[in-house]
Amino acid sequence: MIELMTNLRGRIILFAGIAGLAAAAVAQQGSIRLPADNPASQLKAGPGEAQTSRSCGLCHSLDYIVGQPRLDSAQWEAEVRKMIAVYGAPVTDVDAKTISDYLAANYGSPAAAGRR
Amino acid sequence: MGRTFTTLDRRHFLRGIGLAAVAAGAGLPGIGSRLAWAAQRNDDALISNRPLVRYPEKTDLILLTSRPPQLETPMKYFESAITPNEAFYVRYHTYPPTDIKLSTWRLRIGGNVERPLELSMEELQGRFPSASVVAVNQCSGNSRGYSSPRVFGGQWANGAMGNAEWTGVPLRDILAMAGVKAGSVEVTFRGLDRPPMPTIFNFVKSLSVARIMEDSNVLVAYRMNGQPLPVLNGFPARLVVPGWYATYWVKNLSDITVLDREFDGFWMKRAYLIPDTPCGCVEPGTVPAGTVPTSRMNVRSFITSPRDGARVGAGSAVNVKGIAFDGGQGIESVMLSWDGGETWRRVQLGRDLGNYSFREWSYAWTPPARGSYRLMVRAVNRIGESQPAAAGFNPSGYLRNVIEQIDVAAT
Repeated sequence: MIELMTNLRGRIILFAGIAGLAAAAVAQQGSIRLPADNPASQLKAGPGEAQTSRSCGLCHSLDYIVGQPRLDSAQWEAEVRKMIAVYGAPVTDVDAKTISDYLAANYGSPAAAGRR
Repeated sequence: MGRTFTTLDRRHFLRGIGLAAVAAGAGLPGIGSRLAWAAQRNDDALISNRPLVRYPEKTDLILLTSRPPQLETPMKYFESAITPNEAFYVRYHTYPPTDIKLSTWRLRIGGNVERPLELSMEELQGRFPSASVVAVNQCSGNSRGYSSPRVFGGQWANGAMGNAEWTGVPLRDILAMAGVKAGSVEVTFRGLDRPPMPTIFNFVKSLSVARIMEDSNVLVAYRMNGQPLPVLNGFPARLVVPGWYATYWVKNLSDITVLDREFDGFWMKRAYLIPDTPCGCVEPGTVPAGTVPTSRMNVRSFITSPRDGARVGAGSAVNVKGIAFDGGQGIESVMLSWDGGETWRRVQLGRDLGNYSFREWSYAWTPPARGSYRLMVRAVNRIGESQPAAAGFNPSGYLRNVIEQIDVAAT
């Protein structure tokens, strides 16, 4: 264990050497700058894209959408309803329908998209 | 739930049932056709095409989501038992704090106590003896991306886990200084992370007073592998609950509150729930009759080298190695198969860093002839718990611990 931690410390000291004073400052203060949302996670173009981007992007990056498995329209609709009912997303019923339809058409299962 | 399976999901699902039936009939894990085993694989683009990103104090990690951040540890870091701080995975439910000054940071202990405390880092380090434990921190939803049928949620591969030496103060010592009043039931934990909107619940978790008092390894940790914690892993202090899923390991800890009742907050009563069945699983498409919060981790093991799809030399020894861990009983044995689960050999266990740690293992394997080999690994812990041949399903994609496998070609 001691040997292991020595090795580990050795490595960390090496990193600290590279990072210089910045690494030392972190011990007293945890200041970080988080990157912007990943620009590659853009929503697909289509009816409802702007509304979806605006409403969903208020609280979370859009990779929360594009990184999801292709589930069906009922599941996407339930997800949108959850965001409103459970987390209080400020989305009107009309907008919720727009968003659900957009998500099912663009990120739904092939069968669900085919029915539209 | 009225779920409509996609073609792909249905095929996986049906194969899974067939496999479960075969395994149940034989009473042994690992008896199944190669086709059936293939059903557990899931090489879809959501998992294989994710970008690497570098966040503050972190090295290149796999990006699941930017805001709140979810960053996965690449498998190469699990070739060693200790996961470097900069490679440790990141998962936030709400927005992480970005500016924490130790000069003003305080750990508040309040609620049903005799003497509410506000401890500075200097006091935390100076007024209590320190303790250390090497422990695995694993997300309840680790490997959710392999769920079949698939479910919504962070599509993690296997890298929502890590193992570190945590150093800090036993929580029960802090509570003893505050003086827990008689009749106290639970303790809640809150950090400095904040929801993007006031309608969203703060991330607050709870443990029973008994859980804390019976286990000196439950720590308020201010060091991780001998260094201050990265902000995204909980600077300046986080809760460490060895053996239990990471949802309890509240990061950027600020408030500890003792309650005279069970905590009924969202993150205990409506999230991180698993079916109240022995396996924590149900048939896909059914609703669990009852649920309980996730708690102790199940047994898992991984092959970290060679990698899936690697070429090895027929007739020459290759060092097959990996890790195994469980919820704190400790690993008793690890078995390796290279014929798709027909026969199993006991492997050599590596250094024992404690019951809560990754346990390295290795085996010098000589592929007897040219051809393709399916390598599989399963671990057994000290109370006889092991890993299932077919993955159990639950609606949130938690607790995956199916026997893992890779394919290698000997040439």
